[in-house]
Amino acid sequence: MAILGRACLIIALGLAVYGAAASIYGARARKPAWVESGRRAVYAMSGVVTIAFAILIAAFIRSDFSFGVVVDHSSTTTPLFYRATAAWSSQEGSLLLWVFLLSAWSSLILFVLARKGKLREIAPYATAVLCGLGGFFLFCSIFLANPFTTLANPPLEGAGLNPLLRYPSMMIHPPALYSGYTLFTVPFAFAIGALITGRLDASWITSTRRFALAAWFFLGLGILLGARWSYSELGWGGYWAWDPVENASLMPWLVGTAFLHSAMIQEKRGMLKVWNVSLVLAAGVLAVLGTFLVRSGILDSIHAFGASTLGVPFILLIATMAAASIGLVIWRRPSLRSEHRLDSLFSRESIFLLNNLVLVGLCFVVFWGTFFPLISEAVTGDKASVGPPWFDRYTVPLALILVLLSGIGPVIAWRRATVSKLARYLAIPLAVGVAVPLVLLGLGVSYHLEALLMFGIGAFALTVVAQEFVRGAGARRAMTGDPPPAALLALVRRNRRRYGGYVVHAGMAVLFIGVAASSTFHHQRDVRLSPGQTTKVGGYDVRYQKATFNVADDHRNTGALISLGAVLDVSKGGKHVATLNPSRGYYPDLSQGPVSRFYQGESTSEVGLQAGLRRDLWTAVEPDTSRIDRLAAEADRKFPDASPRLSLFIAGTLAAGYARNPPPATFRVIDSPLVTWIWLGGLIVVAGALIALWPVGLRARRTAPVGYGARVARELGRA
Amino acid sequence: MDFLLVLVVLAVVAVVVAWPLYRVARPTPGAGERSEVEALEAARDAKLREIRDSELDYRTGKLSEEDWRTIDAQLRAEAADILRQLDRVKGPEE
Amino acid sequence: MDPSRKRKIRLVVALAAAVVLASALVYTSFSASSEAKSPSQLVAGAQPGQSYELTGKVAHGSVRREGGALLFRVQDRADTTSVPVRYVGAVPDPFREGREVIVDVRKQGPMFVGEKDSLVTKCPSKFKAAHST
Repeated sequence: MAILGRACLIIALGLAVYGAAASIYGARARKPAWVESGRRAVYAMSGVVTIAFAILIAAFIRSDFSFGVVVDHSSTTTPLFYRATAAWSSQEGSLLLWVFLLSAWSSLILFVLARKGKLREIAPYATAVLCGLGGFFLFCSIFLANPFTTLANPPLEGAGLNPLLRYPSMMIHPPALYSGYTLFTVPFAFAIGALITGRLDASWITSTRRFALAAWFFLGLGILLGARWSYSELGWGGYWAWDPVENASLMPWLVGTAFLHSAMIQEKRGMLKVWNVSLVLAAGVLAVLGTFLVRSGILDSIHAFGASTLGVPFILLIATMAAASIGLVIWRRPSLRSEHRLDSLFSRESIFLLNNLVLVGLCFVVFWGTFFPLISEAVTGDKASVGPPWFDRYTVPLALILVLLSGIGPVIAWRRATVSKLARYLAIPLAVGVAVPLVLLGLGVSYHLEALLMFGIGAFALTVVAQEFVRGAGARRAMTGDPPPAALLALVRRNRRRYGGYVVHAGMAVLFIGVAASSTFHHQRDVRLSPGQTTKVGGYDVRYQKATFNVADDHRNTGALISLGAVLDVSKGGKHVATLNPSRGYYPDLSQGPVSRFYQGESTSEVGLQAGLRRDLWTAVEPDTSRIDRLAAEADRKFPDASPRLSLFIAGTLAAGYARNPPPATFRVIDSPLVTWIWLGGLIVVAGALIALWPVGLRARRTAPVGYGARVARELGRA
Repeated sequence: MDFLLVLVVLAVVAVVVAWPLYRVARPTPGAGERSEVEALEAARDAKLREIRDSELDYRTGKLSEEDWRTIDAQLRAEAADILRQLDRVKGPEE
Repeated sequence: MDPSRKRKIRLVVALAAAVVLASALVYTSFSASSEAKSPSQLVAGAQPGQSYELTGKVAHGSVRREGGALLFRVQDRADTTSVPVRYVGAVPDPFREGREVIVDVRKQGPMFVGEKDSLVTKCPSKFKAAHST
């Protein structure tokens, strides 16, 4: 099957080259048949890559150890779900995933556009660009990181999946992220096509905005999933570390958010054409840059996947994309002139402009901090890096301004707002925004300026959104007399983009409030406890009740054979609040002695977590295994040829001994407020994005030669 | 066995890709004129959306009636303009 | 004030704000950063009290726990120079001998003291070196 897989990749590469050539030829020679052939090449490429991908996944599921990648990343003891998804934990598999997603999305979008007959002039060039990108990744896959390399003598067992990845959301995180990255290349491709053909008009911006919204949605989902994984699975208790790879995914998302707003200005007023096309091109370049950062190991990060064989080709690709973008924009500057000018500072347009400046500013901060090691090396010769405090110093104020703008934007009208109305409209939200921090201070919350500001501004933004829904439903009722629920539904259905956007704003406000509260007001203690001892964390009494152990009872489906844990009893003022069960799972290292192998391999934290709407209690344990290690080493000496069952039995006995008489263990206990608001806010953002993305039903349009005024009125009625 | 499958894949791919080149060509409007119409239709839809947005702004109390009437008239004039252009480009077919 | 002059003023203000932000960024990044150094570089010349970002491999057989602290040696990727590190804080799950780590340290006498929670262990790469197909 590996031969078929390899052949499919080569066929796909050939199709990519053909697709690009046929599309360009068909466009230039005005031969629609060739354009269609080029488009079909994309469909065929997608089909062929899907076959290759299916072969790879099947090999993993079957534990076919003639495949080198399967040996390196899976084993017969890996559960089915993780076997299937282990395919993309490897360099080779993830490249294939990228191509699979790129060709799938490209096929879908080209198919839909062709059927509707839209963007006919631009589509061939966009097809060529997408084929070019797909071809690049296929080239890397075939010649630099081939997933179908076979071993002459397949081993009996594989190395197994990295235990850190045995978490459901960790398996969905790469496809979601990669969907976001590959989707951002679609508007990139269409922007290049639009520049080449000179067709940066209303239909281009409308379609591009929809692609960008889908990309933004998936990328945001991927980022959120990564943060959640970090919090619930890793032993440090945080969700964001300004790690280069995290930043790599954030940058295109920020630029995408900016574009989603400024695109509306171009739709309405024909302004900001250069800005918009630059944003789209930048998002595409940043998406590929993000992929490169994860895969090349050029920056020190927890995600460094080593193997920088991909480094040079990627740099060439990114440089080409950037150079082509800049060149095309400069060439087409004359046709990118604005049709109108900004009417008034008191307008939604100017708020959107400010929003864009803040978002691009944020992106620049993140970019600078992420690449600083390379910049400083170029300037001073030393690789220096900046840490989270530096990032926080700039991103926090910018985030505050952003949430503030998200509260003002909905309230101000397009073109020219009536200032008196604006003031009246903002009165209640402003009052709430000022009152909330004061009330919190009054209730005893300690003074932290930035957090209190975020609470106030977040409350302001949420009140604005609530007000919008209330007034909107009221306006609809005044016009149609519907009862409130029907009015609300109809309001949202007929104004999806606006109200979907409002829901997204609300979600972001909730999310930022959660971030502010949990990062400012959390209480954390790292402490060594013996059973019976208690420690105080943020008003809670945490008592280490007893130690636990588990042998070969893998109810959490983590694949760990032995786990050592603890039972912690949390109470407040004498009243029981929660029981937490943190543990540590130990994965065997087969290169070690028969008994000690069970404790010398990887170990992962199983976090003990009680999540709540008001606060989370989070704990992780690091048992002291020094005694076990000593005894295991002795057992190795005494029973050098122990059978697997005997070794496991001995190792299990050691675990039981640990639980009976445990040495002090190290605990990290965190009490952090409103962490759940982050995930809730994220869900609300997802809901809002779906509302905005939901396709509007098509309506037949027929015109009759009547006066234009009446026609406008009739068209309005149909809209 | 694998080689046979490869040949099958190659054959299917070749047929899919070459199909339009051998089919009798259907008369389709040139891509250029179609883009004009498409751009104008998109502009028209955007303008209609603007008019409705503006009315919603007025009804939810962000614009005074006077301001709204001014903007509404302006937008409707722009919409009529786009419809006029559309008619011109579409020609007397309809 | 006629509209085009207003526009020019707005543009100048926006550009000025961007320049100010950029300069602040650039300046603080150079002063707030910690240099990345390998063990041999640290041995060659580390200033006491100055924070450095130490990168290297955890030397085999060097990991020890002493009370609440973790003691280990970080070995250079290129040669066998290693420096002793004393670290208190969260230990990432993948931490073990032979793995690549990054930790912020300050020199205190002969020992390098790690800053709390600054220890990062790279996800072990299961990829072999570049295949030639």
